Order: sequence, then structure tokens, then C-alpha cells
Amino acid sequence: MKLTQAMTYKWLQLFVQDIQKNQAHLNELDTAIGDGDHGTNMVRGMEQVSKILSQSQDQKVSDLLKQVAFALISKVGGASGPLYGTAFLEMSKYLQNQDDDLASVINAGALGIKRRGQVNGGEKTMYDIWQPVAADLQQQQFNQANLDSHLQATLNLEATKGRASYLGERSQGHLDPGAQSSTILFTDLLQVLN
Amino acid sequence: MKYGILIVSHVPEIAQGVAQLVAQAAPDISITYTGGTEEGQLGSSFELIQQAVQQNQGAEILAFYDLGSSKMNLEMVQETTTKVIHKFDVALVEGAYTAGTLAQIDSSWTTISQSLKKLQLRK
Repeated sequence: MKLTQAMTYKWLQLFVQDIQKNQAHLNELDTAIGDGDHGTNMVRGMEQVSKILSQSQDQKVSDLLKQVAFALISKVGGASGPLYGTAFLEMSKYLQNQDDDLASVINAGALGIKRRGQVNGGEKTMYDIWQPVAADLQQQQFNQANLDSHLQATLNLEATKGRASYLGERSQGHLDPGAQSSTILFTDLLQVLN
Repeated sequence: MKYGILIVSHVPEIAQGVAQLVAQAAPDISITYTGGTEEGQLGSSFELIQQAVQQNQGAEILAFYDLGSSKMNLEMVQETTTKVIHKFDVALVEGAYTAGTLAQIDSSWTTISQSLKKLQLRK
């Protein structure tokens, strides 16, 4: 499956809307095990993404994702700025240098998060969503049930990266806000694909 | 000047305070710092770090930070600048102070990096 221009615009529009809708929930999750601002930070980034989307409707997907990456890097702050920013930048680079195969593009994003966050999986971070989603796409098993189960699988993990790691085992039983916002991103992708 | 020092914190006052402390031991060293976001909130900002790097007078920069997102933003700046930035995963206060003291007396890279190795944290 290919990541087309029309899909990308629609996907990002949905992401902007759904992050705004879930701002309070993301802040709540982050209050429990972090610094309480994931929703606010992401919304700040989304305001900029929204401007980019309305400026032009026919950008090359790689250019669009690159602009989104820089918006997130400069506006989001916190750890999610550089993490989402790197993911979108790597996706942009993959499209620019390789091809537009959706599974490979998402995989490039996941690898960006792995590198930036220095994670390998199982640390209770957004990578625990990105990595299995990339694998699901590769194996044509990308669906809502699998996506939900990836998020649920992070619930009882002990955070060993990021601000939640300072809580040690007390982080168990809480959802990671980055994993939740990434689940929103991929729920939106599913909606576009369907 | 061979080395400059860069302090990155989530809190403006921490960044400023550490820079103040280091300046006492390193009056001739260029020390630039940034803390918090552009809105003055707690956090870290790619653009503010970029500015602090540009303002630094050192030929090479010895960089110190506090928590995770300072590190990631610092790394992104490192990847996008032509300046040489050495990032140290060490205790912020003790690391920056050690580096400042040693840079002030023109210590070699080997001396500086080996002294900092002792202050390494898993961060």
C-alpha cells in the first residue's frame, strides 16, 4: 500500500482534530506519571500543523512531512517534540530517497524514534506503539484490535525511559501519554485507510 | 578560546544558576545557557538551544543538560549545526563545574574528558 498525498492530508487533519479533542486526557495521563503537559504541548504543535495544512493542499508528501517535523520540533517542546519531529523527518527522508510504501515509511519513523529516544522496545514509550504498528503494516495485520492491544500491552510495563522512569514500578498500571497519542495517530491512519 | 560551555536545563533559573556557579571558576570561558521553553514554561526548546550554541564563543562546545528532553533537543541541535558540540551524560552541576575549572586552565581534551567520565550518569 502506498502513502498518497490525499491520504496524508486527511491523516494529518484527523490527527490535529483528535489531539485537540484529547488534550485534557493526554494531560491527565501525563500528570499521573510525567510532567502533566503532553496534551498542551501536542496541541501547540497541532496549531502549527494546522496552519501548514491550510497553506497549501498540493505539497509533495515528503515536503509536507518535513514541514510538519520542523513544526513539531520547534513548537511541541518536551520530549515529544524531538521524538515526533524525528519520526516525521525520517518518514519524509524515506519518501524522498526511497519509495512511498506505507509500511516502510512508518518503519522509518519508528526507527527515528528508536534512535532519538535510545529505546529498544518494552520501556513503556511511544516506540512500543510505533514498532508493532510498523510490523503489523508489513504483515498486513494493521487493524484497530491489534492497535488497541499494543496500547494495552504497555499498561503494566514499568517505565525505564523518560520522565515516568523516575517512578520505577509505580509507573505500572498507567498508560504512557506518548503511547496514547501515538495510538491516536494510528487510529487516524486506520480511519484514512478504511 | 578553545572550549566554551553550554548549559541546558528545563528550568531557566537552574540554567542561569549553574552558569553563574561555573563562571566563578571559569571567568575567561564563554558560558551560554538556556532553560525552559520560549513561552517561559518549564521544558526545553530546540530553538533556544540553537541560539545559545550560536552565541557561544568557544571553538568547541562542552555541553551539559539535565533531563531527557533537554538531551534530545540538544542532540537535534548537534545534528543541525556545524559547530563541534561535545555532549556529556554527567551530573549537570558537578560536570559543568569540572569542565569550567579545567577549561579555564587550558587543560587538554584528554584531561577534561577523563575527569568527566567519573561523573557519568545513566541518563
